[in-house]
Amino acid sequence: MSTILIIAEHDGQQLNPATAKTVTGAAAMGADSVDVVVFAASAGSVAAQAAELQGVSRVIAVEGEDFAHPTAARLAPELVALAADYSHVLAPSTTFGKDLLPRVAALLGVNQVSDIMEVIDARTFKRPIYAGNAIVTVSVPESVKVVGTIRTASFAAADAGGSASVESQSAQASDPGHTRFVKVEGSDGSGPDLASAPVVVSGGRALGSSESFNIIYALAKTLNAAVGASRAAVDAGYVPNELQVGQTGKIIAPDLYFAIGISGAIQHLTGIKDAGTIVAINKDEEAPIFEVADIGLVGDLFDIVPELEKAIG
Amino acid sequence: MKILVAIKRVVDYNVRVRVKSDGTGVETDGVKMSINPFDEIALEEALRIRERGQAEEVIVVSIGGDEVQQQLRTALAMGADRAVQVNSDVSVQPLTAARAFKALVDKEAPGIVFLGKQAIDDDCNQTGQMLAALWDRPQATFASKVEIEGDTATVAREVDAGLETLEVDLPAVMTSDLRLNEPRFVKLPDIMKAKRKPLDVVPLADLAIEAAVDLETTAWEPPAKRGGGIKVENVLELVSELKNRGLL
Repeated sequence: MSTILIIAEHDGQQLNPATAKTVTGAAAMGADSVDVVVFAASAGSVAAQAAELQGVSRVIAVEGEDFAHPTAARLAPELVALAADYSHVLAPSTTFGKDLLPRVAALLGVNQVSDIMEVIDARTFKRPIYAGNAIVTVSVPESVKVVGTIRTASFAAADAGGSASVESQSAQASDPGHTRFVKVEGSDGSGPDLASAPVVVSGGRALGSSESFNIIYALAKTLNAAVGASRAAVDAGYVPNELQVGQTGKIIAPDLYFAIGISGAIQHLTGIKDAGTIVAINKDEEAPIFEVADIGLVGDLFDIVPELEKAIG
Repeated sequence: MKILVAIKRVVDYNVRVRVKSDGTGVETDGVKMSINPFDEIALEEALRIRERGQAEEVIVVSIGGDEVQQQLRTALAMGADRAVQVNSDVSVQPLTAARAFKALVDKEAPGIVFLGKQAIDDDCNQTGQMLAALWDRPQATFASKVEIEGDTATVAREVDAGLETLEVDLPAVMTSDLRLNEPRFVKLPDIMKAKRKPLDVVPLADLAIEAAVDLETTAWEPPAKRGGGIKVENVLELVSELKNRGLL
């Protein structure tokens, strides 16, 4: 019997779509119940969004001033206290989940299953290793809890339309005080979120400068798409770090992905291999990106991109 | 202050790893092995902290058979002061690694333990966080900037939303992200010097850590291939192809 606890990821107002994907992963484990716990300064709207997800049995809202920007050190003991009632504890494989869940796993005395990409049964999963160059099947022995992160690019978001109950509980632990949130600086917040956008336009080193990268932003705007970049473009300073797509950046699965001036290094391909349709635009017809592209166009991106924008707009 | 840096011996990041044809693992025979690149960045940061006069000693530790001495010697050549090999014939999973590092932490009392955010072989991304939990100390994962002042460190972290800044009391665990620094190259005279630096071997069993229940790996397979793509000649063909597929 699987009783699953999921920790919600949110920004205080909105439930992150990664949580709905984690619910889908939990459902695939043949869950008897799926509870979602929301830690927040004020949990109301986030808890309501979680309660609407189909497949969620119950939402647990834990409120406290110190949950405004909680650290892994603050949250881990809370989850350990809750975990006693569950066979599985899951989180999305985002930087939030990757930071937090191993701390929980260690306190529970178990190894974590990182980046679950496919569920075979309640205790058996597939996950990528070697930057996705190999896929392993791992199983968690019956004697221990399953603690795992769900690779969000591999699961669709659970639909809304559910109506789970929301219960308030009080915090079990207190802030250890040794780890203090200072600030978070993001991109300007315009345009869709890279991690969940249905269409993504990415540029690579061939753009040559941050000014030239504006043609990528312009095309993305026309397509109502999120902007991404290869590691080479990020390392060259054309765009900020959080736009990086790939094994060491974001792993995404949009319906439509444009790789523009991106050669297609393995670490980039790892980040996009679950995309629906990949369009590659590159002047080098031998570029590895064409091996994975569904539609390829060889040519000069500085001619093609403005023309494409005009043709679509 | 001492800084303890954990390094792992992994298949070099330039090697394209292939699954064995019988599905029992990946090909590692005759393959180049290196320090896990994220761990190399962690070591570089530790060395820079020492060079700024904010730490006295950098100790590198690795878990494995005698082959890991190769990577420990490289770390000593980069500038670490001494090395510890936790000798184990079997590869260990993150919880066991974290428990072993905790035993060393109890012995060495470092102000910072630095690790890479993940090893590029198993891609687990767990050991640093686990060590921080077992030690009951702060963790600053995915670090892209570290500043130390007295007994606290300010760490910028690469998170999905952008850059998060945490302030942590030392001692603490930090894990490095790619952009923290660019590791130095090792010079030949340093390789010679490194041969004379101390390298202690401690059997894993001597650390008397609790045995962990390991995950069982039952199959290895290559990733599913994409393919069957087409080439178009110009923008008009591209647009009509996207429209035909209902994507525009």
